[in-house]
Amino acid sequence: MKSSNNIQFSRRSFLRTSALASGGMLVGFNLFNACKPDVKPPVDLSLLNYNDFNAFIKISDDGKVTIFSPNPEIGQGVKTSMPMLIAEELDVAWSDVHVAQGALDTKNFTRQVAGGSQSLRQGWEPLRQTGATARQMLVNAAAARWGVDASECTTKEGVIKNANGDELGYGEVVHEAAALEVPEDVKLKDPKDFTIIGKGQSNVDIDEIVTGKPLFGLDYKREGMQYVSVLRPPAFGQVLESFDDSSARSVNGVNDVIRFGDKIAVLANSTWSAMKGKKALKVEWKQDTKAESTEMHDKLLMDLLDGNKFETFRKDGDVNKAFAEADQILERTYESPFLPHNCMEPMNFFANVTTDKIELVGPIQTPARTASRIAGMLGRDESEITLEMTRMGGGFGRRLYGDFAMEAAEISHLAKKPVQVVFSREDDMAAGIYRPAIKYRIKAAVKEGKVSAYHLKEAAINSNMYGLIPNFFPAGAVANYQVDGANYKSNITTGAWRAPYTNFLASAEQSFFDELAELMEVDRIQLHLDLLQNVKGTTDERIQYSPERLEGVIKKVVEASNYGKSKEGVYQGFAVYYCHNTHVAEVADVVMDNGFPVVKKVTCVVDCGIVVNPLGAENQVVGGVIDGIGHAMYGELTFDDGEPQSNNFNSYQLIRMNQTPQVDVHFIQNNIAPTGLGEPTLPPVGGAISNAIYAATGKRLYKQPFINNLDLEQVIG
Amino acid sequence: MPTYQLKINGNTQTVQADSDTPLMWVLRDNLNLVGTKYGCGIAQCGTCTVHVDGVATRSCLLQVSQLQGMEITTIEGLSEHGTHPVQEAWKEIDVPQCGYCQAGQIMTAAAFLKTNKNPNASDIRTAMQGNICRCASYNSIEKAVMLAAKNS
Repeated sequence: MKSSNNIQFSRRSFLRTSALASGGMLVGFNLFNACKPDVKPPVDLSLLNYNDFNAFIKISDDGKVTIFSPNPEIGQGVKTSMPMLIAEELDVAWSDVHVAQGALDTKNFTRQVAGGSQSLRQGWEPLRQTGATARQMLVNAAAARWGVDASECTTKEGVIKNANGDELGYGEVVHEAAALEVPEDVKLKDPKDFTIIGKGQSNVDIDEIVTGKPLFGLDYKREGMQYVSVLRPPAFGQVLESFDDSSARSVNGVNDVIRFGDKIAVLANSTWSAMKGKKALKVEWKQDTKAESTEMHDKLLMDLLDGNKFETFRKDGDVNKAFAEADQILERTYESPFLPHNCMEPMNFFANVTTDKIELVGPIQTPARTASRIAGMLGRDESEITLEMTRMGGGFGRRLYGDFAMEAAEISHLAKKPVQVVFSREDDMAAGIYRPAIKYRIKAAVKEGKVSAYHLKEAAINSNMYGLIPNFFPAGAVANYQVDGANYKSNITTGAWRAPYTNFLASAEQSFFDELAELMEVDRIQLHLDLLQNVKGTTDERIQYSPERLEGVIKKVVEASNYGKSKEGVYQGFAVYYCHNTHVAEVADVVMDNGFPVVKKVTCVVDCGIVVNPLGAENQVVGGVIDGIGHAMYGELTFDDGEPQSNNFNSYQLIRMNQTPQVDVHFIQNNIAPTGLGEPTLPPVGGAISNAIYAATGKRLYKQPFINNLDLEQVIG
Repeated sequence: MPTYQLKINGNTQTVQADSDTPLMWVLRDNLNLVGTKYGCGIAQCGTCTVHVDGVATRSCLLQVSQLQGMEITTIEGLSEHGTHPVQEAWKEIDVPQCGYCQAGQIMTAAAFLKTNKNPNASDIRTAMQGNICRCASYNSIEKAVMLAAKNS
């Protein structure tokens, strides 16, 4: 595999230290860029700020370590796994490490974004370097005190030892270490010597979570804070014509009603009063731009697929010539609906905008970008803004968008009060930034028993696939290969949703390959293995998947799932995919229960390189698989007259425990640098279950949610 | 605004609230017991689950005026130090991902295990189906409820 992502990492200047006035050593470090020449970490913890450093490590006099974890936690476990990388190289016992959310953020925070399953991958090298450098400074301090060479000293679990058998705890040398030069050349551990990485560590917030402690954005409170419910246009394309707030103002607890743009904010002493006040508003809306519907989208996207207004994202050889010369051709169209994110914690944010500062607190995946946009909106300097990230009750892409934080800031600015904007579930689902509806048409040619052409067309709402996606498998494996895209610009807001584009693309392609193998009368597994042969040794820089690693996960999943040798009555479906730098193969087992196909089990094999935290990693893998099944089976948001037709869990189905299969997880063991896990197990599972349902029922599924194509009331497990 | 006396986690609390205020918002906004979560407001997701006289109940549709004399237990009062067998099992299995729904899951599981001390997987899946986990930690929840039953 080639990497276009060589992180240039300078040891020279990424880390600085200070001796804390209260005792202990504070290390400030930057993940991907050098520190400015004249900055030092503060000597007082209350002065911690993130202008000059991404994050901090405090090593106390008693040897205890506090890591201020730099990345937002949305449930993907980085608040645990990223500090594990530091602790490993610092060589301390994990039980002596306390992790605190790196709270306050400002503009210099390089990758303080949770998204794209990139946190661990990008942090792998620099976080370990940080730990190793701090360790070396402690060793150097101890060696100086002993008058020995630092190379004679060893460390274990926070204790430094020299050749004479003398020992010093980290806490005993922190003061001296803090004053030393930062060493430029430190050695990282051999993976075989890891004691923390690769060992399952529980979520660092587990005690607080199971006892209901305040952790999340909605749990945040401030004296004098107003709870705010916002009425937004009920349909896309509508604007506010007029409103009467007299009834709303008479609701007990309502203190103010403020119009901002096409929205109306109701400020109250309690969430319930704010929600009641909102319901009491009398509003006239006006259609400003087109009122769109799902029916209209379906027709428009089909017209795009049938038309010729495509942009070409990748073109190898000549697909048309190959189709003209083909022995066999298969062409199929796959369709997916809009999806809301439905984070369990509805969108919310706290803002306190005053004349001298702007305080923002809440769950956000993009703190730096959001702070900057708020500064721009209010005409304020970014240096006036502090933004504290809370734990997030799910993200799935929705909290990349700071719309809710912008609303809070604007309302606080207008009301001159601290406010917390709280979306009701209905607000959250209806004012979404959705996964757009997308249709794919895939056409393949077979010539002399080989796949000679592959042509993928994408018709999407608002925007097409991006980045390297057109170069994922089977790019490079088929000589005549083309990916085209076209889109329709809608007034419905769309954006990233867990594994953008690939979340449906993989399902479509892997269903297509299943049907193609059947047409070719070849084994589905062998078809993939043969195609991967063509990619080996490629010099195409755009191809980042490794044919060897895909081969590895395929072979393992065949073995682990007993693929092709399952018990009678168990029907299996296979899928393999590469995205977010991780290679995944899955086999779904379906049984028929009273005429209904039921997904009983999914075997999932993952090659994500070194598994940093097996406990957290397995949670991510299983969660991604079940999430993928739930949305492929049931997820659908339709529109009529611009209005979303579902707005709560009585009209929108999320997968529940009784519909959930067991997921059997296997990791490929290797020493390759780790890659992301938050997303990559989701995309292929739609293909695995549709192929298994086909094996069980003889029915091909081309349109999600699958439940609409199956003549059943409920698919249960 | 009327005043209500509520028995919550063994203590009597006096709250002032409109009679139609759901218990969930009284807990969260009036009493700062924010472990009980808001998820849907229509008793469809289970994040707001508390015990009312020992029975798992969605607090989002339960009006404050209906609770006179009833014993209410929230996640904060399930055990003194987070050591209820269900909480212990949640920690041992490392169930949570984002964690938001887990208090509701734990409260549902704790009430369920009082009525069925020796459940099989199917019993657990049926008992827990009213609680949505958007991170889909269902496999782990199932294991944790089984473990809690064993350790209870």
